Amino acid sequence: MQRSPATSPTIARLIEAFHRLPGIGPKSAQRLAYHVLRAPRAEAEALAEALLEVKDSTRLCAVCQNITDSDPCGLCLDPQRSDATICVVEEPLDVAAIERAGVHRGRYHVLHGAISPMDGVGPEDLKVRELLSRLGDASVEEVILAMNPNLEGEATAGYLSRVIGAMGVRITRIAHGLPVGADVEYADERTLRAAMTHRVELERHEETD
Amino acid sequence: MPRIRPIRIEAIVLRQRPLGDADRICVLFSPTRGRIEAVAKGVRKPLSKMSGHVEPLSRGQFGLAQGRSLYVITDAQSLDPWSPLHDDVERMTEAMAMAELVDRSTDADAASGQLYQLLCQSLEALARTTAPEAVRRWFTLRFLDQQGYRPELDACVRCRAEVGPEGNGYSPADGGVICPSCHGAGHGQRLSSPVFRLLRYMRRSSAESTAQVRVDAAASVELERHLRLSLEQALDGRLRSSSFAEDLARAETIGRSAVKSAAESEREEQRRAAI
Repeated sequence: MQRSPATSPTIARLIEAFHRLPGIGPKSAQRLAYHVLRAPRAEAEALAEALLEVKDSTRLCAVCQNITDSDPCGLCLDPQRSDATICVVEEPLDVAAIERAGVHRGRYHVLHGAISPMDGVGPEDLKVRELLSRLGDASVEEVILAMNPNLEGEATAGYLSRVIGAMGVRITRIAHGLPVGADVEYADERTLRAAMTHRVELERHEETD
Repeated sequence: MPRIRPIRIEAIVLRQRPLGDADRICVLFSPTRGRIEAVAKGVRKPLSKMSGHVEPLSRGQFGLAQGRSLYVITDAQSLDPWSPLHDDVERMTEAMAMAELVDRSTDADAASGQLYQLLCQSLEALARTTAPEAVRRWFTLRFLDQQGYRPELDACVRCRAEVGPEGNGYSPADGGVICPSCHGAGHGQRLSSPVFRLLRYMRRSSAESTAQVRVDAAASVELERHLRLSLEQALDGRLRSSSFAEDLARAETIGRSAVKSAAESEREEQRRAAI
């Protein structure tokens, strides 16, 4: 980012730091920097403390590899959750999304990425070994692969299904098709094919006299 | 400033990478304009109408407008999604190797109709075949031909003597087959008769016919090595996607050994408990 002589070097450094964050353009970085500058000192201190704390007190859960403050994490310690299913996701944010939906009451495993052969990212760069060591436990009956439905997600799911298949554990993959609110008209062939293949039967309402 | 008119192209999506929160940069390969990087806006959002039409390893029609530094995809319509390439991890692996080769060897704004045809034809064949590895090898041999690294298979690359099927060597650095007498003098690696015949057959046959040839395990390993070394010579480096093919080949063994080590540690625990 180009430095303007009208901006003090200290502010320019802050603008540059904000600009490095994902999704923050040069204008937004400037707005954020000037907001911090004008905000009360306590607010700036709270921000700085939160930033340092997130680096100091978070770690990876030794079991599921999710980001946590305590090891093992709350999800791994929760006795109400079933040990029989492990939902494997690419990123910690995917755990948050599935938890928001409240659709999985089993355990999780975070891979921290997806296999991307063309970028040189292979299984050894992900938390695959940690997943396999969990599957040696006889209590795991099913592994749900919740990878993104894109090329990297498909490569990851394909690889894991080979490895886990050889271990004799049941493997399933979350369905993909049309998202809620989408138009059939604009859907691509692959999405429509998946939606048709995984169609569900509707309940029949019998007329009563 | 004169307004640049939007362009419309047919292209194969070679790869993608994320941009910002919701966009992706798509690497397109077109017969008329070569390799083009274009931004697909909003395709990481669940309701994007474009996302399924810009998936890698698919052929489509794209409208492009010149942005500040990159093209922006204004509309996309998938023409051939080659679904079997996405449904089967082996086909996908071979398709990614082909896409990586094209991605690494083509430049922006360089028309390359012949290579486009080859890639289209190979991905088509890959989507239908039951022998994905054979189709990728067929593609590799033709790719080398087109890029000016055509392996010589008729005469010795050192003494120019005509070669028969027996006792030959192969040298990627010299550019092809080595006759028995030069091979005997220490030039090239061993080129077995079945692999020599197969290479000559691949050169004159279609991808579909090549896929029907039965190749035993030893010949397969040898052919793979010769083609890999020839490619490395041409690319001046290794294909990144080739290590995933190796990972995939080892996957079942890794799974089985994980079960074995889990059983061993359980036995060890039981033994300790008994003591």
